Amino acid sequence: MDISPIVFYGSIFILAIFIGYYVVWSVTPALHTPLMSVTNAISAVIIVGAIVAMGAESTEISLLSKFVSFFALIFASVNIFGGFLVTQRMLEMYKKKVKKDDK
Amino acid sequence: MINNLLSNDLVAFLYLISGVFFILGIRGLSSPETARAGNYLSMSGMALAFIVTIFSLSDPSILNLILILAGISIGGLIGTILSKRVAMTDMPQMVAALNSMGGLSAVLVAWAAFLSPIAFELVSTDGSIKTLSKIEMILGILVGAITFSGSVVAFLKLQGLMKSAPIILPFRHILSIVIISLIVSCSYLIISGTESSQLLFLAISLLSLLLGLLLIIPIGGADMPVVIAVLNSYSGFAAAIIGFTLSNLALVITGALVGSSGAILSYIMCVAMNRSFFSVIMGGFGDEVGGGAQVKETRPVKIGSADDAAFILKNASSVIIVPGYGMAVARAQNSLKEMVDKLKEMGIKVTYAIHPVAGRMPGHMNVLLAEADVPYDDIYELSEINSDFAQADVAFVIGANDVTNPAAKSDPQSPIFGMPILEVENAKTVLFVKRSLGIGYAGIDNDLFYRENTMMLLDDAKKMSEDISASI
Repeated sequence: MDISPIVFYGSIFILAIFIGYYVVWSVTPALHTPLMSVTNAISAVIIVGAIVAMGAESTEISLLSKFVSFFALIFASVNIFGGFLVTQRMLEMYKKKVKKDDK
Repeated sequence: MINNLLSNDLVAFLYLISGVFFILGIRGLSSPETARAGNYLSMSGMALAFIVTIFSLSDPSILNLILILAGISIGGLIGTILSKRVAMTDMPQMVAALNSMGGLSAVLVAWAAFLSPIAFELVSTDGSIKTLSKIEMILGILVGAITFSGSVVAFLKLQGLMKSAPIILPFRHILSIVIISLIVSCSYLIISGTESSQLLFLAISLLSLLLGLLLIIPIGGADMPVVIAVLNSYSGFAAAIIGFTLSNLALVITGALVGSSGAILSYIMCVAMNRSFFSVIMGGFGDEVGGGAQVKETRPVKIGSADDAAFILKNASSVIIVPGYGMAVARAQNSLKEMVDKLKEMGIKVTYAIHPVAGRMPGHMNVLLAEADVPYDDIYELSEINSDFAQADVAFVIGANDVTNPAAKSDPQSPIFGMPILEVENAKTVLFVKRSLGIGYAGIDNDLFYRENTMMLLDDAKKMSEDISASI
């Protein structure tokens, strides 16, 4: 049975929205700021699009396209590294106190 | 031609795994104990997506790989420096700035795909771009560009580089409608024509950027927590749309997750401020400041000193601290924590009550308190602690105002009527640390100041906490 890609990816998209709905409601309000910074970071997985363009056959990709992708690569990386590391930094602050309480 | 090292099925499967890592990563945030592990899972998901993409490139030449690594190193370095330098009070700006990066990269990737459709396998048998791909690219650019320009405005407002008051342009709704119809017309021309015009695509990009500006400038500073959450949601949907274009499961799943996360957070913020989502988006909140509060206040206010406050606190058996953003602005977290530590040593029960909009973004106050080493077990959300005020001896309000204003319950005329508040007025004594008797962020007078059981402590939040500590 063949289904068109739009239906296939559409189904996954809709199911993922439901997963997102339940998973996000389970996040404790105390961690809503790290939630925002980490979702920020993972949405930059769009970087794969830029990488695909950068690593495409030179016959298939125009120079302008590659140029544009290079900047997409930079901006997405800022988002990924900045987002993950700042999340890490915030979560470390929650860790310190757990240790203190244990002592 | 194609020298992929992995089969298409394997690539798709590994992208799915990467999406699962992201789901588990967010799930980890359900408690501070599992949150760090969750963050590592999300990072692994990202690393996996990166590795899979590298191994499935059609031309992984050394030059191309070096260029890819160079781009990532430049961006990674900037991101790392930003993440180390940013102050916790500035997190909303940081998130807005990162969001703009995400939006911009979505726009650029859509452009790359549009300029070289063959590299992304978007070409139908007759040599033109598939209609569906065209629609997806247009939507990707639209949402990405709105995210970008909107986030830039939000950043400028939060950073204080732009007035945070709403800027209401004349005919702004008509202007928006004109822009939207222009975008729709350009899209129609692109979709119907077999010739794909770059000029039309450029027009759509620029118009979308303009639309993003128009959407955010009329929104006032008080509504910024909602705006950041909404823009966060948009950046997710932009990623998901590009995911359809690139047939990439990781992008589709992640985009849906981020999209629903942002939407839920905006909903939570709207409920906390008793604002309808629609009225936030329409903007203009805050321009009616001072409308109802023209009457000069003559009622007496009880003003106390640090010594008076210390005396009351020492004789209490339970104290609830209500921190607001004003505390963070005055950098009073650490001196407050010292004061609380002294009270705790005397056997007094001290807890913190946090209103959802206590900071400048969802969960912001929790991060600020965590930075000051306040144990998270001592921190309670509005619904958990509101009934405890009646049993508390002292409610210590520091840097907060509107979130304690009883007018939200009793005065239907008040602009904040209906907003859930922390019911500090039920405590035996309310100590209110405030710089002056001025109005709050929303520009509304607080009846609480004139109550019999309220003592105003008029000073800088940091200095007051230090003085109280000293006299305890």
